[in-house]
Amino acid sequence: MNVTVLSPDKEIFKGEAKSVKVPGTSGQFEVLENHAPIVSALSQGTVKISKPDGSDLTFSIRKGFIEVLYNEVALLVQGVTDN
Amino acid sequence: MAANLKEVRERIKSVKSTQQITKAMKMVSAAKLRRAQDSIVRMRPYADKLNEMLSHILSNMEGDPSGSFGVAREVKKVLIVVVTSNRGLCGAFNSNVIKKALYLCETKYAKQFDASNVDLLCIGKKGRDFLRKRFKSRVNGDYVDLFNDLSFDAIVEVPVLLMEHFSNENYDAIEVCYGRFKNAAVQYAESTQYLPVPKMKTKKVTDKRRADYIFEPDQQSLLETLIPSILQTQFHRFLLDTNASEHGARMTAMDKATENAEELLRELKISYNKARQEAITSEISEIVGGAAALEG
Repeated sequence: MNVTVLSPDKEIFKGEAKSVKVPGTSGQFEVLENHAPIVSALSQGTVKISKPDGSDLTFSIRKGFIEVLYNEVALLVQGVTDN
Repeated sequence: MAANLKEVRERIKSVKSTQQITKAMKMVSAAKLRRAQDSIVRMRPYADKLNEMLSHILSNMEGDPSGSFGVAREVKKVLIVVVTSNRGLCGAFNSNVIKKALYLCETKYAKQFDASNVDLLCIGKKGRDFLRKRFKSRVNGDYVDLFNDLSFDAIVEVPVLLMEHFSNENYDAIEVCYGRFKNAAVQYAESTQYLPVPKMKTKKVTDKRRADYIFEPDQQSLLETLIPSILQTQFHRFLLDTNASEHGARMTAMDKATENAEELLRELKISYNKARQEAITSEISEIVGGAAALEG
């Protein structure tokens, strides 16, 4: 599935991913291939993107949103810090 | 005659150095303008996606979507946010924005203004200095350092504050006057109603993209968090636009100034040559006259 991570100042990540773990407001959840369409607000926490080559990309966010639609995952995040 | 010659030479020198400065400022503005434009372009995907999400939520929803920021109350207190630059030498750019704000006070909000229920919030030094002088008591706070760092995280406090003002009913309407950026040569001062949010246009979404979304939490609370984000992004855009406009305006102004200096130099050169020729002519006639006197 295709993942795009955008912050107001720049594009943080764009590309293929196996899974994305996000801190939803009603609990952490993970998006895998063929996930049902969802729009969710995100609270403060860590986002983890597992890339196809096995490596991970993790960063912290203050808040944000995620939208999943037909294997297109869009994350809009604010207050990103690497860790 | 010799004194005039020297005078003209001095003026040529000073005009030349001024021209050098304006030329340099133009180059600097051109470079800064490009950077400013880049940051507008970079924030666009984020803003587009936010709006797309909003329309996806709205398309799955019935009833009034505007939420608490869309409630139009009777307008008693008004806040006008005036976004100007920190530096001058950019033509009429800042005064146009200020004029726009004053125009709002005199027309749309004349009644509130006469009852001194219009407050001003200044972003940028130029607007603050002018408006402070003119209406001392009505300037309610200012943000002068904002333009040093225009990243989203640095500016987000201002829209958050504005929204707080609106929900606490400190103000019933908030307008923003800023320099809208069209291209490097064209910017116009514009005023936009920021809060309450103007009625949203709900497009009929074509069924192809319409999906049965899971909403987390529910749609209403999602909207309540999404709309502030959109408003913050919108405000960010005002600032980025003003920043780009400022540099565009300065570039044009400095280009004109360089041109004018060129024109001035041309005229000065002609008068310098005239004066020089006159001096030579009078010197020759003096010599000829002297020689004639000796011979005679």
